[in-house]
Amino acid sequence: MIEIRWHGRGGQGAVTSVELLAVAAIEEGKFAQGFPSFGPERRGAPVAAFNRVDTKRIKSRAGIYKPDVVAVLDESLIDLVNVVEGLKPQGILIVNTQKTAGQIAKATGFKGHIGVVDARGIAMHEMGVSIANTTMIGALIKATGVVTMDAMKSPIDHRFGRIADKNMNAMTRAYNEIKIS
Amino acid sequence: MSKRIGMEVSIAAAEAVALCRIDVAAVYPITPSTHIAEHLSSIVSDGKLDAEFITVESEHSAMSGIMGASAAGARAFTATGSQGVMYMHEMLPVASAMRLPVVMAIGNRAVSGPLNILNDHGDIMMERDTGWISLFAQNGQEVIDMIIQAFRIAEHKDVMLPVNVNIDGFILTHMVEAMDMPDQDEIDRFLPPFVPYATLHPDRPVSMGTFAGNDIYTEISKSKDAALINAKKTILQIWKEWEKLFGRKYEPIESYRADDAEILLLTMGSMGETAEMAIDALRAKGMSVGLLKFKLWRPFPFDELKKAVKGAKILTVIDRAISYGGPGGPLGIEVRSALYDESSRPAIFNYIIGLGGRDVTPEDFMTILKSSASQAKKKAMKERYVIYGVRES
Repeated sequence: MIEIRWHGRGGQGAVTSVELLAVAAIEEGKFAQGFPSFGPERRGAPVAAFNRVDTKRIKSRAGIYKPDVVAVLDESLIDLVNVVEGLKPQGILIVNTQKTAGQIAKATGFKGHIGVVDARGIAMHEMGVSIANTTMIGALIKATGVVTMDAMKSPIDHRFGRIADKNMNAMTRAYNEIKIS
Repeated sequence: MSKRIGMEVSIAAAEAVALCRIDVAAVYPITPSTHIAEHLSSIVSDGKLDAEFITVESEHSAMSGIMGASAAGARAFTATGSQGVMYMHEMLPVASAMRLPVVMAIGNRAVSGPLNILNDHGDIMMERDTGWISLFAQNGQEVIDMIIQAFRIAEHKDVMLPVNVNIDGFILTHMVEAMDMPDQDEIDRFLPPFVPYATLHPDRPVSMGTFAGNDIYTEISKSKDAALINAKKTILQIWKEWEKLFGRKYEPIESYRADDAEILLLTMGSMGETAEMAIDALRAKGMSVGLLKFKLWRPFPFDELKKAVKGAKILTVIDRAISYGGPGGPLGIEVRSALYDESSRPAIFNYIIGLGGRDVTPEDFMTILKSSASQAKKKAMKERYVIYGVRES
């Protein structure tokens, strides 16, 4: 089983990311959960969302406290919340940033693998918006292999309709451009 | 053929309601059941379901609305939770007394105050005595299945009672997971059109929900009680039929590794599978533990409970609600009462956990089971019930 925690701000699409990833995994024949941090949400306030993916039925409905993967949609959160809390030492931290993995390691104190990708830049270029949630899915897939890129096509089509291709392009670029330490 | 799907459980719940070809929904949206109402409203406005979706100004009107629709012969549905179901409270015993087979999905949520929008079972426990059939789902699949089963049970001529399906708020309502969605043909075969016993119609006047004085109120109450008790037979039949059609088994009390267990844990709702993990972990350490899960809360499954606990030395009952100043959590109280007359019965412990959205982990169940075992060994049960996990600082 792989457990993932996403950090974003209300409105940046962390909950959409976990939904798309869970649906992709399920359509691949796996078992998956996607859920928000329960409770009220406000635009701009820090939020977290979660995925579990496994090849067998998932029983737990408890929260995720020791994720294998943390994905950060907004690097300004690093100064606000402890994004690496509970992250397994052998796990991976993936950040939407123009900084290097070394700079992120210093900022977070995380000693495991770090993946960096300028998801915001990619999203701006490919879609004309700074919302990088689907872009970051590409980076996460490269770093984890949790699903295939092909598996994302159907949920992205379903969700985004005529702008699905732009999202797929941004996702593919992040898949190719993420640098992993 | 059923189709394997990945979607939010609330969306799947709304799809299941649509498969039942309801005629009327009346909903006042409230967290965490809102997505059920939203998606059902989309299905109707997109023309995929020929139904009337009434946007009412309160939950009291939502319940009154579907009762009126049901009395006129419509298949009717609502969804709510917490303050919403409490606002309906006045109408709930009327729906059961009028034998109106409406179905309500409850996104279970703690009740105010203090204000809290997260999960526990405080809302449904306050509606326990309203004469409704009450089902508890432990995962998304059971939400789909129970909503469909609910209409069939409610409308059966030997039942004719309203049914609520309890869906743990957020934990289930906001979870994206894998489920099998039956197709329309399968459900059309399982759920025939609603044939009411009598309907309101201007050309054929009847009176419904009339005044009953002291000459008849007792008799009506007795008949309502008997109807609810008798409903279990039909529920069991319908569950058997469901198993035959879809291969998924439903029982009033589901058991997990419980047959030879000395220590039994008893849960309701979405805690069930998390608790299975605790049972597996303790079994691996050689502890003789097993799990019981209530799926049918009303009518209360007395016979099944007695049978399930036979031979066990300890029964630890988990409540997700509290009866302030009372003898325990609602489930704990009823289980103790149900087993009181048995010549031999397990020592019963009662823990209240997961209030107002407090997370419940497999480790919590392990701690509770170990604590029950050690208290029983010392023959020293400290309290009638324990509110678990209270922060002391």
